[in-house]
Amino acid sequence: MEELIQKLKVQIIEQLNLEDMEPDDIDETDPLFGNGLGLDSIDALELIVLLEKEYGIKIENPKDGQKIFYSIKSMAEFIKSHQK
Amino acid sequence: MAFFVADNIISPLGFKTADNFHALAKGYTGIDMINDTKIYPEAFPAAMINSNNLDDAFIELASKEKYTRLEKMLILSIKDALDKTKIDPTSARTGIVLSTTKGNIDLMASDRQNSFEKNRVLLWKLGEVISHYFGNPNQTMVLSNACISGVLAIQAAAMLIQVGKFDHMIVTGGDIVSRFVVSGFMSFLSLSPKACKPFDKDRDGLSLGEAASTIILSKDITGKDDIKFLGGASANDANHISGPSRTGEGSYIAIKKVLEEAGISPGQIDHISAHGTATPYNDEMESIAIDRHHLNEVPVNSLKGSFGHTLGTAGLVETAILLEEMRQNTLLKTTGFSELGVSRKINVISKTTNKELNTCLKMASGFGGSNAAMIIQKA
Amino acid sequence: MEQLTIKTYCHIKNNRICINGELAFEYPEASSMHDFLKKAFKHFKPGYAKFYKMDDISKLGFLASEVLLQDKPYLAYQPEDTGIVISNSQSTLLTDAEFQASIQDDTNFYPSPSVFVYTLPNIMIGEISIRHGFRGENAFYIFENFNANFIADYINQLFLSHKLKACIGGWVDQSSENYEAFIYWADNKKDAPLAIEHTAKEIERLYNLIR
Repeated sequence: MEELIQKLKVQIIEQLNLEDMEPDDIDETDPLFGNGLGLDSIDALELIVLLEKEYGIKIENPKDGQKIFYSIKSMAEFIKSHQK
Repeated sequence: MAFFVADNIISPLGFKTADNFHALAKGYTGIDMINDTKIYPEAFPAAMINSNNLDDAFIELASKEKYTRLEKMLILSIKDALDKTKIDPTSARTGIVLSTTKGNIDLMASDRQNSFEKNRVLLWKLGEVISHYFGNPNQTMVLSNACISGVLAIQAAAMLIQVGKFDHMIVTGGDIVSRFVVSGFMSFLSLSPKACKPFDKDRDGLSLGEAASTIILSKDITGKDDIKFLGGASANDANHISGPSRTGEGSYIAIKKVLEEAGISPGQIDHISAHGTATPYNDEMESIAIDRHHLNEVPVNSLKGSFGHTLGTAGLVETAILLEEMRQNTLLKTTGFSELGVSRKINVISKTTNKELNTCLKMASGFGGSNAAMIIQKA
Repeated sequence: MEQLTIKTYCHIKNNRICINGELAFEYPEASSMHDFLKKAFKHFKPGYAKFYKMDDISKLGFLASEVLLQDKPYLAYQPEDTGIVISNSQSTLLTDAEFQASIQDDTNFYPSPSVFVYTLPNIMIGEISIRHGFRGENAFYIFENFNANFIADYINQLFLSHKLKACIGGWVDQSSENYEAFIYWADNKKDAPLAIEHTAKEIERLYNLIR
């Protein structure tokens, strides 16, 4: 789990162009949207692509995104439970 | 003053404005399921022009040159509109404005890259191909401002006539359904799995379409059917690059400015042709802008349920139909709409009816926070 | 008669940034436009993390507008009176190529929404509008070469028909070989130390000022 969380942090920084941010700057329980990392609706769509491209998981209902992408931790838990 | 003197629409519903108008009056839609893995790996709904029909129509022009699919659509469209007038396209007093978002974007695919010269994918080159075909001596002015391009192009053309730069303006526009655009809108989760339902409570996204359309404006009135351009304005939401404003701010400002320019009060507007993409946010935003101007009772339609969203040419297609609605004194229904699904009470047309139409408002909005509005009136 | 005059202008080309013709920043060792813009952005320290999410041509236009508007001349104007009219020759060709690469193969098909949105040239106008709250007239035009005549006529007519009182105009272009930005701020204020006539002749002269 810890390894997956670290990997996700690196991938998110890279994919979402979070300049000047290091993996250690992100707390895995911090909210990704709103007051946390300040991501927006296009970033949310980009996270859907990331899950599909890197983990082979397709989100069928985008409304599920809110819960899955709450934090790095919730994302990691979702990946763990859906990976084949 | 600038007058609308001729127009054309090339779409799956027909290759003349009148054919398209009659198809709409009957409630037809050009949207169908497309099974073409060269465009998208899975089936999707869109309004696409049959390539054989296009080639058949183009053969009659007996051209020796090789043209792209979009160029054929544009040339056919301009030709048909010009044939209804006595305007000389080779005159220096005739200008061309081209409105498109992605032009010949299908030429970017790796298997198409050698089919035409490399710069054919550039938008100014597309403008040049068009001006060469018609022997126009002026540089084509190419406008690429997302989904408000069509309405903005008419505004620009009218302005150039008003300041005396040109006597006649050919405003043409076109966009095609391509792998590029379908994949992009899919990644935005903006496409409905079925034909789109503008302003409806069950709307769940847009449908793409392809079309070319031409509108010719002139400094002189040519007949009793002419309609005049009263004003046009654009405004930015300054809020988000892809999501429409929650308060309809940009659209509200564009309408406010155009009412002022035209010297028209909201009570004088007989009909609104909305953008109505059928995404949850766009239609909600437009209802707020309409409500803020107290235009709630004015009959509104969206044509996206029939043509799909034709992007850079949508404003031209929808204006050509609006002109025909005014000439026929007919309000066309919103195909795909059955029950109002926006927070503000607005008067969406669900049944085609007759009504005397004198002064109408056209709205458009698009990515980049852009919004446009235009008012036209019987001359 | 009331008219627009150019109050300030900015050039970015050949790894140099000039304001009103004077060198403001340079980084000759830059390996690419991308590298140059990043370095320049850090130098001017506007502190706007969204910059890094933009595609390269929006970054070019955005940075030019940041440098151009350092003295906030727009504060004297209402948001809906402030317009932006920009032009170029390549539209968003390099970003288009990046998106095309992500959809070329069915086996490696991952279209990116954050790349797709930037395949419209007017997104640059949207980014500048968001940054400063400009809500006026917008237009993005494509010409083979910079067309000072058209830009001057178009903006002057918007001004004369009361659709704007202040405006950013210019040219922001990027091809695989080269890049350049030339944008200016024009408004209707009378007493200013620098006030250049907003005519095609003057706009052309300013455009050619930095080689």
